[in-house]
Amino acid sequence: MNRNIAIVLLSLIGFMAKAQEGPQMADTFRENGKIYVVISVIAIIFLALVVFLVYLERKLNKLEKQFKNKSH
Amino acid sequence: MIKKHWYKITAVLLILYTLVWGLLNRVPRLDILNETIRNVYYHVPIWFAMLFMMTVSMIHSIQSLSKNSVKHDTKAYNAAVVGFFFSIPGLTTGSFWAKYTWGTWWTFQDPKLNGVAISILIYLAYFILRASIDDELKKARIAAVYNIFAYVMMNVFIMILPRLTDSLHPGNGGNPAFSKYDLNDAMRFVFYPAVIGWVLMSYWLFQIKNRISELNELYHE
Repeated sequence: MNRNIAIVLLSLIGFMAKAQEGPQMADTFRENGKIYVVISVIAIIFLALVVFLVYLERKLNKLEKQFKNKSH
Repeated sequence: MIKKHWYKITAVLLILYTLVWGLLNRVPRLDILNETIRNVYYHVPIWFAMLFMMTVSMIHSIQSLSKNSVKHDTKAYNAAVVGFFFSIPGLTTGSFWAKYTWGTWWTFQDPKLNGVAISILIYLAYFILRASIDDELKKARIAAVYNIFAYVMMNVFIMILPRLTDSLHPGNGGNPAFSKYDLNDAMRFVFYPAVIGWVLMSYWLFQIKNRISELNELYHE
């Protein structure tokens, strides 16, 4: 599924940049300014993962405290 | 609070910076590679994190043997699990990148790919070996000895052999890695922070795994 999306994106990049001189780069992709949308999406996904990690750590903190109270 | 969590905050900030600036900065215009050269910021640091975790694992195995400690063996196992976890996206992204640049998902001509595949099997064998022994002390000792062996083999397969023969990977086949031909200065400003960020991130995951094992031990006492 993700691979299909990536393939579609990659072919879009190639299509939009086909009139370039020299090696093709995603120039049009960048000119449109929409690259910021993609970067924001990536950043949000990464931050969501970090938030989940922090949540896991808090849960661990709680469990550790419970165990320490029990053993005393 | 900052004292205990500084490395996690650094990891998140560095990775976030590389995610954003890695897509925006200027990269060399090269044929075949085109924009995929940016994968250097994401694919390569994952492998650095994997190598770092395997090194941590090996050090804990040595400590486990010299101090006769089961705790160090558990840590060695946890580090190897985190390292193994990083090798899967490393392999998948590498294969995907290869499809669009080298034209194939997998090539048996590249010693690095095969070396990585063998290393993954070596570590799989480590997990199976460790899980198959019931006696705690025996398990710790045998697992530690095998783990040190596994680390050496992994280095032979992915660091040494690819440098002795021809490889499609840059920095192999006799060339020093990351020479001026592979990375320009602008790319270094993203690549090195990415390596540090992902190494610290792997250490964070390692710590979480350790705390889970400690809780597990407390529970079974």
